[in-house]
Amino acid sequence: MTTADETAPAIEVVGVTKRFPGVVANADVSFSLQQGEIHCLLGENGAGKTTLMNIVYGLYQPDEGELRIGGKPMRFESSGDAIDAGIGMVHQHFQLVPVLTVTDNVILGQEPTNGPFVDHETARQRIVELSERYKLAVDPDAQVADLSVGAQQRVELIKALYREADILILDEPTAVLTPGEVDEFFEVVRELVAQGKSVVFITHKLREVLAIADNVTVLRGGRVVGSADPASATVEGLASLMVGRDVRFTVDKEPPQVGDVRLRVNDVWVNDDRGAEMVRGVSFDVRAGEIFGIAGVEGNGQRELVEALTGMRQPTAGDIIIDRYSIVGATPRQVHGLGVGHIPEDRNRHGLVTAFTLTENAILNHYHVAPFSQRLLLNLGAGRKLAQRLVDEYDVRTPGIDVKAGTLSGGNQQKLVVARELDQELQLLIVSQPTRGLDVGSVEFIHSQLVRRRDDGVAVLLVSAELDEVLGLADRVGVLYRGQIVDVIDAEEATRDHVGALMAGAQGRVGAGEPGGGS
Amino acid sequence: MSEQPRDANDPEANGGGTNGGGDSGQGPPAGGRGGLQGAIEAYFRAAPLTVPLYAVLLALAIGSIVIILSGANPLTAYQALFTGIFGTPELMASALARSTPFVFAALAVAICFKAGLFNIGAEGQLLLGALSGVWIGGWGIIAGWPTLFAAGAAVIAGILGGAVWGFIPGLLKVRTGAHEVIVTIMLNNIAILFLEWIIGSRNPPILIDPDATAARTLPVVDAARLPSLFPGTGLHTGLLIAILLCAAMWYVMRNSTTGFEIRTVGANPAAAHYAGMSVSRTTILVFIVGGGLAGLGGAAEVLGSRGGYLTPGAYTGIGFDGIAIALIARANPLAVIPAAILWGSLLAGAPLMQVVADLSIDIIRVIQALIILFVAADMIVRTLFRIRAPRGAADVDEPVISARGWGEG
Repeated sequence: MTTADETAPAIEVVGVTKRFPGVVANADVSFSLQQGEIHCLLGENGAGKTTLMNIVYGLYQPDEGELRIGGKPMRFESSGDAIDAGIGMVHQHFQLVPVLTVTDNVILGQEPTNGPFVDHETARQRIVELSERYKLAVDPDAQVADLSVGAQQRVELIKALYREADILILDEPTAVLTPGEVDEFFEVVRELVAQGKSVVFITHKLREVLAIADNVTVLRGGRVVGSADPASATVEGLASLMVGRDVRFTVDKEPPQVGDVRLRVNDVWVNDDRGAEMVRGVSFDVRAGEIFGIAGVEGNGQRELVEALTGMRQPTAGDIIIDRYSIVGATPRQVHGLGVGHIPEDRNRHGLVTAFTLTENAILNHYHVAPFSQRLLLNLGAGRKLAQRLVDEYDVRTPGIDVKAGTLSGGNQQKLVVARELDQELQLLIVSQPTRGLDVGSVEFIHSQLVRRRDDGVAVLLVSAELDEVLGLADRVGVLYRGQIVDVIDAEEATRDHVGALMAGAQGRVGAGEPGGGS
Repeated sequence: MSEQPRDANDPEANGGGTNGGGDSGQGPPAGGRGGLQGAIEAYFRAAPLTVPLYAVLLALAIGSIVIILSGANPLTAYQALFTGIFGTPELMASALARSTPFVFAALAVAICFKAGLFNIGAEGQLLLGALSGVWIGGWGIIAGWPTLFAAGAAVIAGILGGAVWGFIPGLLKVRTGAHEVIVTIMLNNIAILFLEWIIGSRNPPILIDPDATAARTLPVVDAARLPSLFPGTGLHTGLLIAILLCAAMWYVMRNSTTGFEIRTVGANPAAAHYAGMSVSRTTILVFIVGGGLAGLGGAAEVLGSRGGYLTPGAYTGIGFDGIAIALIARANPLAVIPAAILWGSLLAGAPLMQVVADLSIDIIRVIQALIILFVAADMIVRTLFRIRAPRGAADVDEPVISARGWGEG
């Protein structure tokens, strides 16, 4: 890569505006990445971070403004141009082919050839070199499907480095990583910068910004609203800059008024679709008026456990008792009929039908009872009334209740699901990853709603991979590791370090049965 | 908390129980403007046809190039086609008669599309329905009954025959995960060959008319014949039944709890499961209803046609054309009616075009294929005619064709 000026910024964006029909995604944005720095681009979902980086990466062309790479004005027509200019991007959702090896994935689209054949050996050598040089620890012959998420991310990095990127754009790189993997990943990023790369780090997580950034630029509503020096910035200061008002980080809640046991889980075993034992002998109780949190790295059986508790999946052994009734063998509708609300972890897969209107989604699991059903017919009038009330009371921002749910932002979609599940007579509320991918405002709102229902005397089971969420909301915390509850701790005694260690497999005090084995 | 402007007025008639005062709430709402204009507007709001309409024009335009290439004058050809369809009242009635079984078959496919199921089996279901209808319709006992009961018995037999043939793939899908496409294709073959045997077998004679030279069944009794709508043509009451059923299915899909379940299962089966619906039950139900509709179509065709008997090769291809028509209608039961009539009319008008313009009759098949192509690849049409996607982004529209892949069911 040719740099006219060694001191020129690696990337300089000057006065860029990008409009989409109906929205200005970037308005007069200026931003510069110095060589050899880690620059965090901070903002809520929809603030325009990704649009800006897609412009830098050549996926979009700016309507106004200029882009300079290494001091030279550039106009990219495609991402190919950006790659030629030494820019690499690691997307939030990995662009890897699971059935291919690491080497095949890296060379895909740029295969070195030897006559008519692909020269795997040369490619492999280079990958080994890169892997050693940047301490990436990637096996070039492994099949991508077998790699952990963290390792897949390092393959994405190698892909960029293989194409000789000097500037790396990382879009929400930590969204899919466990706390431990995040620390490892930060080491990798620091190593890259130490060897002369420049990094743009897109995130909305404040703690990470303070941990890694050399410089911070904050976007809100498509505009640059400020920049900060991470050495002196505070989480609170960055948050209010990002959101535009003061943000509370602790949820105000009174001590729990605990009542009867509403959910009793007794030595439950659950298999996943492929027959693997994902939940292995889990027992716990949840009482009325308390929030029982389940912490754990994703994939340790949370999904299967929640599905078993809501009737969506049958346990292979054990008993689940909700309010005196055993629900083993019950259907989701029967469980729902006991007064169980369920906010599922994946709103697009389970919680909503994105092709349906807000009204249809509002009645998605009540459509069969009065007043929404009259004999065999739907009463859409009653449905519309409900939808309008939910939209008003739960502050779902939408042009109307007749639009498709898929047109709403993620935060508003989730508010709709939360509204539907909370707005009913509840005994037990089962909540899974309620705030994943949401902006700070929606997170605050949903947290306060969960606490409100707890104070009404509802038993709440909160399953989340966000440790801060569990620690902030729960009255008691159970840690799920490899399908077992390794410990149950009162919230006052639970510290981040202790629970984090349990999540990674350290032995708990009341660990059930055989050791999980560390990794 | 910024309050955003909301749609204060309700743009559509309020579906639901408020609509239709008792007798038949099934017709499309007639709108407030009154008269034909209002009715037409209401119809198109319920069954939007913009893309298919332009697709037909585009197909005819490209068809004219094919006609020129084969050495004929497209104007002459299309004029003959037009005359062949609309030339005389008899021709018009014949075109409608030709279209009638297509309405049934396409509706059978469209209903399954709504639930995300690909019913390739309308062909076999229709044949089984025709067979059951001709069998019961030939019973001596019913000869003395009034037409309503005699024809009714034969029609119900047809529905049952088709429904059984639809139930099989539904059950196999739910119980074993067997993909409905494979199962229905094989059931089609079974139905075709079964009909050939049961009608054609002379030793032992089963349903064959021993006095006829060609293999065919005995005609049904007169009491079981469906009344003709236009004497001298093949147009029979089956068309009215078909149109009523389309309207009824449209209403059921939109306004009933069962329809809501079917649409949810089609749009997102995982969410349907979460919401407490039974995906299995819905799958079987939809296949039974689809099979019954196709079976009814087959029975009506035998009972209404001029001979009143069934031959081994009769009605082949109607079920397959039904898939294409359902696609053109984008699985909307109301849109099935014009799409099927267009389809049948093109076929009915083609022979005159063949004679007058000295063209192969297969030109019509080319035009039909082009229509399907442009409907399926609707981006071509949208771009050419600058039709905007309906309100809400295109990618979140309720999927028209959402048949699922292998092993997901």
